[in-house]
Amino acid sequence: MEVPILKQGDFLIATIQAALTDADLLKLHYALVEQVGKHRSKGVIIDVTALDVMDSFATKTLRSLAHMVRLRGAETVICGIQPEVAFTMVQLGLTLEGISTALDLEEGLALLNQSTGKREA
Amino acid sequence: MPTKKAANQFTSNSSLDSNTDESRSELLRQLVAHLRDNRTQLRQEWARRITEAKLLTAMSQDEIFAEATTIYDNYVDALQSGTFEALQTYARDLSERIIPRGVETHEVIGIVLLLRDVLARSLFAKYQHDFALLNRILDAYEPAANRIANTVAVSFVQERERTIRQQQEAIRELSTPVLQVRDRLLILPIIGVIDPQRARQLTEQLLRGIRTNRAKLVVIDITGVAAMDSNVANHLVQTVEASRLLGASVIVTGLSPEIAQTLVTIGVDLSKMNTVGDLQGGIEEAERLLGYKVVPVGDAAVEPPRR
Repeated sequence: MEVPILKQGDFLIATIQAALTDADLLKLHYALVEQVGKHRSKGVIIDVTALDVMDSFATKTLRSLAHMVRLRGAETVICGIQPEVAFTMVQLGLTLEGISTALDLEEGLALLNQSTGKREA
Repeated sequence: MPTKKAANQFTSNSSLDSNTDESRSELLRQLVAHLRDNRTQLRQEWARRITEAKLLTAMSQDEIFAEATTIYDNYVDALQSGTFEALQTYARDLSERIIPRGVETHEVIGIVLLLRDVLARSLFAKYQHDFALLNRILDAYEPAANRIANTVAVSFVQERERTIRQQQEAIRELSTPVLQVRDRLLILPIIGVIDPQRARQLTEQLLRGIRTNRAKLVVIDITGVAAMDSNVANHLVQTVEASRLLGASVIVTGLSPEIAQTLVTIGVDLSKMNTVGDLQGGIEEAERLLGYKVVPVGDAAVEPPRR
């Protein structure tokens, strides 16, 4: 399943709607890194509200994605991690170190607005 | 269930013996009659031996004698009837009474074994002239006596375990409240011992709280946590990490000097945690981070409340 990437002002929003295969994840990974440059975006939000599992591959991909996006001059916020998912991730030692996280899309946007030095739209 | 087992034990034992069941029950009847006849003397002897062995020190002399009498009668009844339910109920009841007074398992087993010993000695004394008869009497007595000792000990331990389970349950039910003190600011005061199960429950509650209150900041106060080891510290780190994944920062407050020392000594890495001395400081820091500012308004606060 493709993940739609929406452009919203200076930010890109990718909302994951259903469980992704590893291939889908990689596709999203490349698409995002590519589009950050294309749209001259300052921030990327990945909404994982719909995910009820976050495995080590997904975590690793998201971490490298955030790293690459930063190298391309933008910031990444992961938002919408479910409480149960968070708990499991911590138990498994997957902690998304160094990546910003937010409760939901709204919070994520607010966080990006704040960190990129703009007032809320 | 225990009755059936006991009966089985008797029959299996008697089948090994050359005696028939009838002569066995006759022996048992003789035995019970002997114990009934010598009731006063034997239970006095028993109570004396209990005191001598310094068992049941938590109870007074009179209490020991009263309990000893009841146990003795129950014991003889159990020997006679071959059923252990009444004895079991009584043993449970007794355990319930004496456990809170600090009677230990070894004492309970000790007194039952003492009774067994006292009775066996009286049998030796009575039948010493006829060794064959003594042997047969003991054949009848031993399995039942063992079974009784077993029943009493098991009942005691079961009762004890039940008490422990109840207490654990009670501790678990002392829920850990997640409280909202300001918009987007939660506090989580932790009191008591943190075991893996409680840590899990605590984290789940906090995560749920973060979601429902849309919290940005959480102050975890551990003033009430008496001791901390690497396990507890790990639970704490996990809770902090999980909260962060939901977009909330955590401030830990109330680390006592002892706990701080312990953590440094065992080398737990708390560098990821934001710590502040006490709850007040933690809340102030959280307010600062959230952009709140507390300003005193004149001396209104010292006026008594009006209504």
